[in-house]
Amino acid sequence: MRRVSRLHIPHPPARPGDRPDFSYLETSPPGAVARPDVNARVRDIQNLAVEMVRVLDDAGEAVGPWNPHLEPGELQIGLRHMLLTRVMDERMQRMQRQGKISFYARSLGEEAVSVAQGMALRPGDMLFPSYRNQGLQIVRGRPLVDLMCHLLSNTRDMCKGRQLPVMYHSKADNLFSISGNLTTQFPQAVGWAMAAAIKGEDHVAASWIGEGSSAEADFHHALTFAAVYEAPVILNIVNNQWAISTFQGFAGGEHRSFAARGPGYGIAGIRVDGNDFLAVYAVTQWAAERARKGGGPTLIELVTYRGAAHSTSDDPARYRPKEEWQAWPLGDPVTRLQSHLVRLGEWSDERHEALQRELEAEVGNAWKQAVTYGTMSDGPRLDRDLMFQDVYKEMPAHLERQREQLNEELG
Amino acid sequence: MAQMNMVQALNSAMDIMLGRDPNVVVMGQDVGYFGGVFRATDGLQRKHGEHRVLDTPIAEGGIVAAAIGMGVNGLRPVAEIQFADYIYPAFDQIVSELARLRYRSAGEFWAPVTIRTPCGGGIRGGQTHSQSPEGIFTHVSGIKVVMPSNPYDAKGLLIASIEDDDPVVFFEPKRIYNGPFDGEPDKPAVPWSTHPKGEVPEGHFTVPIGRAEVVREGLDVSIITYGTMVHVAEAAARSAGIDAEVIDVRTLVPLDVDTLAASVRKTGRCVVVHEATRFGGFGAELLATVQEECFWHLEAPILRVTGWDTPYPHAFEWEYFPGQRRVIAALRHVMEAS
Repeated sequence: MRRVSRLHIPHPPARPGDRPDFSYLETSPPGAVARPDVNARVRDIQNLAVEMVRVLDDAGEAVGPWNPHLEPGELQIGLRHMLLTRVMDERMQRMQRQGKISFYARSLGEEAVSVAQGMALRPGDMLFPSYRNQGLQIVRGRPLVDLMCHLLSNTRDMCKGRQLPVMYHSKADNLFSISGNLTTQFPQAVGWAMAAAIKGEDHVAASWIGEGSSAEADFHHALTFAAVYEAPVILNIVNNQWAISTFQGFAGGEHRSFAARGPGYGIAGIRVDGNDFLAVYAVTQWAAERARKGGGPTLIELVTYRGAAHSTSDDPARYRPKEEWQAWPLGDPVTRLQSHLVRLGEWSDERHEALQRELEAEVGNAWKQAVTYGTMSDGPRLDRDLMFQDVYKEMPAHLERQREQLNEELG
Repeated sequence: MAQMNMVQALNSAMDIMLGRDPNVVVMGQDVGYFGGVFRATDGLQRKHGEHRVLDTPIAEGGIVAAAIGMGVNGLRPVAEIQFADYIYPAFDQIVSELARLRYRSAGEFWAPVTIRTPCGGGIRGGQTHSQSPEGIFTHVSGIKVVMPSNPYDAKGLLIASIEDDDPVVFFEPKRIYNGPFDGEPDKPAVPWSTHPKGEVPEGHFTVPIGRAEVVREGLDVSIITYGTMVHVAEAAARSAGIDAEVIDVRTLVPLDVDTLAASVRKTGRCVVVHEATRFGGFGAELLATVQEECFWHLEAPILRVTGWDTPYPHAFEWEYFPGQRRVIAALRHVMEAS
């Protein structure tokens, strides 16, 4: 038979109007994947990069060797952080729709990624988040009012009005300034980790990208440098299936797991159920311990689903079935942890409803306070001189002249 | 003729070229099934097929590099970089490869790639969705640089760019996708149907690369500008009651020196306006060229009106944007000089 070359065009399993189809998703049974020693050689643990670490089973039971055995109090904190993330996201989405803020990006369905990973790391560890990691800000105790003041670009905005909403930072909390450019921070996290190793410190760095962003050249830079120097860094790919309108097949996900790229570079790779709070916590803890013991970097693929639009500028109904999130086989991270706590006798529907109401009030009160520091349309405004500051450490003469020119222009 | 906004005009240009030339391919992030985040490629994949309109991975360097390879192998790629702010991962491929391929291979290899990319501010996009980096590309020998200011030119120039055998970086001022914008954000939006250049032929036509256009005739001062600022400059001249001639550069490289020089020789005064930052910007090239060509005709120093030399700030968008007020101040200044 004569064969000719062909161009393969990846196709998602379902488009609008189709029935959701996740038959492509390969999972492992909860508890089925062995937990190796943190010092294991990469070549001996390559199975971790293709199987899926899971702890919570369908009944809400924690099973298998990856169970991190967290205290109920810790689990309740995790649930609270995830729910707070979700409540804040919903409220901020509404505020964007009402024109109060210019832009927002929800993390609906992915809350366990940021919350469990943030909780598994230490305060001294440096985080290089993406624009969908608001849970990290919450875990690190950033006051909601501060986050909202940034979203409003108001007089208390930590970015002094210079960044698009959701690009938070906090030096005091080891939360690096978020870039709107994709994957740029992945290799920077490696450099931070290299510096920690050079200085002989016990801190690790962690960074997050989406699976779509793994196509950028900076992904290769990160993995190469991490492998060469065996840097104490945790590189996380949040595989939420969709990069705006392109599904994970357009980043190479049809052929091999994203975690499997780790062993290709000589780096430990772990694929984990990203909606399983306990599994996400456990693999992050494993990777952090490995890094702190000199075992080098880990690439973690967190398999999850982007339940919301890419951002407030996006309409996913144009490119994927509306019911897809409901059909996602790995469920909802909030309800899964909730069921686990109920099963442990440490939670109830009543407590959950009360928590929901409490968090809604907390978010509502924070918003009321935040808007007193100004909004895009009214209230106090940032001093426009701030526009010219921090371009350089000291303002050069040409910027000083431009600052004066603007003041003359506006009187 | 048909009424088109700028997005529809660009879409029509690509549609016509996909239909006329089997070697034309359109590629970029979200351009295929979805039709582009600004809808510029809406319907093109459905009509022309998945091998002609390709979604790509999120890798700007990869998009341009693959386009170069395709171009070398006989195709005529039209690559979209979703925002000009995201073009930098492709910078090496554009500067070191695309721009120099013909030169270094003594004309044996070349790639007729058109890179479309939305630029400019005024959409509350912050520093990662507002930049005007055209000056960085005009400094690179071997690529042509185009920026239309209306639907008619957008379609005609895009077709000319696709048909051009040299690489073209085609900047699309996204603030004027849906209508001309005079720099006053609080006024109601105006659609392209109110503007004569919103009338666009439905079929194939070109606007030649390398030709500026006098969009407003005047005797007292020449305003040399392009993109969104063409509309701001026209409105500024009108509201200040100054008899300014407004020139839309349209093609930054190669530059239509004759049209600029003829105007300034007539008026004796010149203001250069662009949204991009000032220092080392394309305005400096325009100013130097006018000075070289028209020095003995000048009655006043040439001034520049630009964005400030800072990143584009989210909260101070309109303090940053070089609006009518800044343009009028410069016009008055050169008019008062003697």
